Amino acid sequence: MTLPALLPLLLRGALVTLEVTALAAVLALGMGFAVGLLRLAPSRLLRGLATAYVEILRGTSALVQLFYLFYILPLFGLTLPPLATAVIGLGLNASAYASEVVRTTIGTVERRQWEAALALDMPPWLALHRIVLPQALPLMMPPFANQLVELLKATALVSLITLTDLTFAGSQLVTATGQKGLVWSLVLALYFVMAFPLSRLSRRLERRLGGFRGAVTQP
Amino acid sequence: MSFDFAFAWEILPDLLRGAAVTLEVMAAGFLLALAGGLALALGRRSPQTVTRLACAAFIEFMRNTPLLVQLYFLFFVLPLGGITLPPITTGILALGLNYSAFLSEVYRSGIESVPRGQWEAARALDLPARDTWRRIVLPQAIPPMLPVLGNYLIGMFKDTPLLAVITVPEMMQAAKGVAGMTYRYNEPYTLLAALFLALSLPASLLFRTLETRLRG
Repeated sequence: MTLPALLPLLLRGALVTLEVTALAAVLALGMGFAVGLLRLAPSRLLRGLATAYVEILRGTSALVQLFYLFYILPLFGLTLPPLATAVIGLGLNASAYASEVVRTTIGTVERRQWEAALALDMPPWLALHRIVLPQALPLMMPPFANQLVELLKATALVSLITLTDLTFAGSQLVTATGQKGLVWSLVLALYFVMAFPLSRLSRRLERRLGGFRGAVTQP
Repeated sequence: MSFDFAFAWEILPDLLRGAAVTLEVMAAGFLLALAGGLALALGRRSPQTVTRLACAAFIEFMRNTPLLVQLYFLFFVLPLGGITLPPITTGILALGLNYSAFLSEVYRSGIESVPRGQWEAARALDLPARDTWRRIVLPQAIPPMLPVLGNYLIGMFKDTPLLAVITVPEMMQAAKGVAGMTYRYNEPYTLLAALFLALSLPASLLFRTLETRLRG
């Protein structure tokens, strides 16, 4: 098989890779915010639960978590299609890392800002919404972009739970054509083409923040 | 479907044997990454443009492609070039090369955190470049890097299950083996997850303590 014949097959796999990345990113963002904010909650119980969530997801491997969902959940009578398993597995795993970004960036907004808002009799949720988040959100952007790259690369794991993503398409083509060198080089190149712009974006955002961060922490 | 503790106890030795391989692969891979990362960090500061560009390209490529596919590439494509390595060596090589790209950034920020005055003083004393690096810069650059390196070590630990796809007999492969032989999935995979937690939680606690102590 020649290059023009291989490429469309790989591109179809790349589409699945992008789909899993996008869906898992939405889940990770939602759960990341929820868990990150819970870790700052006044209730010890809520904080403890959120911490356990983060430590368990970060302490075990993403592949182990995917296998767990894929093989163990059906034993309890809960059978999910592979795409849902992939999105939930990778999304929850990434949410633990995202929640750390939420927690730490909110932590960098100065205490005085909180105190001023509370002194003005703002309810805590309003202080969060109007004062703290607008300052913390820009700080979250570079690490989020970086985590998106990590998530995109992590989707290669879903090929091991039978999802026909780019990596899976690659191994199918290798089996069909025997052209290991060409196929795996193309797969690597396609991943690079998808991930590199995101990495650049993360770095650009980081550089732009240089000025902004100075403004936030100024007395 | 219940969890059978007797069965879990029975298969524990299999998983622990796998854990030993996991730790071995991780140790060798991390040593390779430490050396490779330093070489890349120094290469990026080389006066030769070619060396600088080559190192930067290697780092970007490694950071923007999945480890799993890099692993396939090494495992299937190296033999075509006449290089046949046992799976475990291929695994160590893949982990080491991949992480050397990330560690080079850690070295870079460590090196950049050494104050300019230190470089200037070394030059004023007419110290050769070699000694400046070995005696002045690296001894100051490396200690603040330790907690970050620790986090990458834990990261590598969590990436080792990937080596199961090239049949390295680490923990994941051991669990898969038990599951394949007995058709029981709950016990081996639960035990696998528990072993991961049992090893990575104390390690991350240790590195966090180290970090606060270094800062304090």
